[in-house]
Amino acid sequence: MDLNFSAEELAFQNDVRAFLADKLPREFADKVRANKELDKAELERWHAILNERGWLAVTWPVEYGGTGWSPVQRHIFEEECCRANAPRIVPFGLHMLGPVLIKFGTKEQCDAILPRILDGRDWWCQGYSEPGAGSDLASLKTAAVRDGDHYVVNGQKTWTTLGQHANKIFCLVRTSKEGKPQQGISFVLVDLDTPGIEMRPIKLIEGGYEVNEVFFTDVRVPLANLVGEENMGWTIAKYLLTHERTNIAGVGFSVQALEQLKSLARQERRNGKRLMDNPLFAARLSEIEIDLEAMKITNLRMLSDAQKNGAPGPESSMLKIKGTVIRQTINDLARRALGPAAAPFPSEDLENAALAPADHMHNAAEYFNNRKISIFGGSNEIQRNILTKAALGLS
Amino acid sequence: MNFDPTDDRRMLADSISRYLADNYGWEHRLKIAYEAPFHDPQKWAEMSELGVLFALADESAGGFGGAGFDIYTVFSELGRALCPEPVLPALMAAKLLAAAGEDLTPLLSGKTRYAVAIGELSAPYDLDEIETEASGDTLSGRKSVVYGAHGADTFLVAARNGDTIGLYAVAADAARLTTYGLIDGGSAAELFLEDTPARCILSDAAAAFADAQDAGALALCAEAVGAMDTCKDTLLDYLKTRKQFGKAIGSFQVLQHRMVDLTIEIEQARSITILAASRMGTPEQSRTVSMAKNLIGRVAKQIAEESIQMHGGIAMTWEYPASHYAKRLIMIDHQLGDTDYHLQRVMAANQAA
Ligand SMILES: Cc1cc2nc3c(=O)[nH]c(=O)nc-3n(C[C@H](O)[C@H](O)[C@H](O)COP(=O)(O)OP(=O)(O)OC[C@H]3O[C@@H](n4cnc5c(N)ncnc54)[C@H](O)[C@@H]3O)c2cc1C
Repeated sequence: MDLNFSAEELAFQNDVRAFLADKLPREFADKVRANKELDKAELERWHAILNERGWLAVTWPVEYGGTGWSPVQRHIFEEECCRANAPRIVPFGLHMLGPVLIKFGTKEQCDAILPRILDGRDWWCQGYSEPGAGSDLASLKTAAVRDGDHYVVNGQKTWTTLGQHANKIFCLVRTSKEGKPQQGISFVLVDLDTPGIEMRPIKLIEGGYEVNEVFFTDVRVPLANLVGEENMGWTIAKYLLTHERTNIAGVGFSVQALEQLKSLARQERRNGKRLMDNPLFAARLSEIEIDLEAMKITNLRMLSDAQKNGAPGPESSMLKIKGTVIRQTINDLARRALGPAAAPFPSEDLENAALAPADHMHNAAEYFNNRKISIFGGSNEIQRNILTKAALGLS
Repeated sequence: MNFDPTDDRRMLADSISRYLADNYGWEHRLKIAYEAPFHDPQKWAEMSELGVLFALADESAGGFGGAGFDIYTVFSELGRALCPEPVLPALMAAKLLAAAGEDLTPLLSGKTRYAVAIGELSAPYDLDEIETEASGDTLSGRKSVVYGAHGADTFLVAARNGDTIGLYAVAADAARLTTYGLIDGGSAAELFLEDTPARCILSDAAAAFADAQDAGALALCAEAVGAMDTCKDTLLDYLKTRKQFGKAIGSFQVLQHRMVDLTIEIEQARSITILAASRMGTPEQSRTVSMAKNLIGRVAKQIAEESIQMHGGIAMTWEYPASHYAKRLIMIDHQLGDTDYHLQRVMAANQAA
């Protein structure tokens, strides 16, 4: 057994570090460290910087302009990006649609769409969930009915992350009511400029705006925008889920958040002592550090398996469950560490009042917002159902 | 043994709950809680008329209540409706002014609004560690996260005064303030005192502050219990009506068992709060209040987090009331001593024995 990266992997890690030191704009890192949202232009600029280096499409093969990286390389890249407080790559075009097109799309679709994802001409969002179809995604109702060389789409999607920035949406739609619900679903690409589409913002618990509802009324979508065959959308969705599952543990985020928490606990003073010297707080912090150290190895063990066997197995549900809980616990401690100073609604004016260290003004907002990570992408309950059946054979 | 409320308190609870149901509907609450002045002055006046504030002081101070169970009654109802009116600072101010022998009429009638400024950035909960100092008729120092500050008329400030801690009144227009809204609704402020004129109303006020903090912590526990009850009702209702996979999500055993656990914990939270209410005014007051605030901190977090998780995405939205209940339940732990602070007080009592 050898827990270390190989020489080539270490050399790669150095390349990534050097690149980030050189190219990551300081103001982006500052925002990420302080849990502030980056605006559309900033996210696009970061994509452009990565694209220039050829490091934007980390899950695509080289022939399509991707990096062709192994799972371990991808992991190293993600880890280093987190460490450097780089913005996240917006996943919808790059980590979701790209791999789907490469696997199921036609050559024309790949040629027409992939370059536009890379150079930022298109911003995609994900139209899966509906008000009535969350965990039970297969019950989705948004209907696409053939009319000549078009589908006519009617229905509603919801929870569409960053839809406000997007010009395109990939959707799961119902094309048949025959057989099991999974059998009548298709994967279609829709231009958000098409008449009949309306997007409405959803405000989240902490006051932020990152998700939307999307309404479709007689929206005409060319048949050529179907990906794969009609009624095979469920297969595509399942394939995509395994892709969504790389970096599912979010270890890099947790490592970074724990570092910041430690530094906060050393700065914060309570009754003449550092918060870190409070035995109760130090115990909580140290416990989660232990969990995270174990998680890093669990993550690497599964990564190494995936490197050997191809796609990650149902065990990746373990990463999702434990990884999200660890992250949420760190967020919880970061909120607690501030005491009453966590309470203000974050706002620019308040920065002058220096209530909390500048990087920590959003700790409570981040704690509330990150309750989402155990809900979306298959809730932790659904992950447990998967493990119950697929890993343990209980039914 | 009798756990039934007295008739008077039952009537008080009914009238507050009816008033809030009729006048403080959800839409109204949402609008008021997050925009200056972060409460509704007209409703404040109406609630004062209803006797909400009079219930917080005893007869000798001009009120008609003031006991632990009066605090419990009023704040459970406020919590149930997630009412953002700054009643908590009024309660603490009533305790302080009564200890100083001041006239409470302006406070109890709702005419004068007080905010209580004890905590500081590096001493958020502990009176012993505050640094704000009195010098003659002025105060210097900084008070942090003073709840209900927006629009308050007078600040009641804790400041060092030689070897003792004194109670000072500072007029709002005499002080430099940065007010702001809170993530769970309502307002607070940073109070910057720079040789600010102040009137000493009690020169040795440590005991009065400790008593006011206990009363405040009890009130927060009761508010949490009320909020938990609503949270539970909303969640239970959702489990019965939300369908996935062709059935109500409440038919999944994993959610059923967790709902049962929440129910057990809420009853435990209610019990410790009742215990703390019953010990007010006895030598056991502080220790029992700390026990309550610790358990409330733990249970409130569990209820808040589970309520969001078991609802799914909908409870992540601003529009859905449960998200605001979750925020309040979490943020109560940031007021007047968190779980760890109160655990340490209970530990200290055990270690000293
Ligand atoms: C911030 C945010 C961003 C999102 N972004 C997107 C996006 O970009 N695109 C998109 O398509 N979707 C997105 N989603 C939707 C997300 O995938 C759904 O919220 C998720 O699938 C859960 O569905 P639901 O919210 O309807 O909860 P429900 O499915 O109604 O679940 C409610 C509760 O019941 C539990 N439950 C359900 N079924 C079972 C079962 N069989 N056994 C045990 N427990 C069960 C759930 O775990 C949950 O606790 C986003 C959601 C959020 C909150």
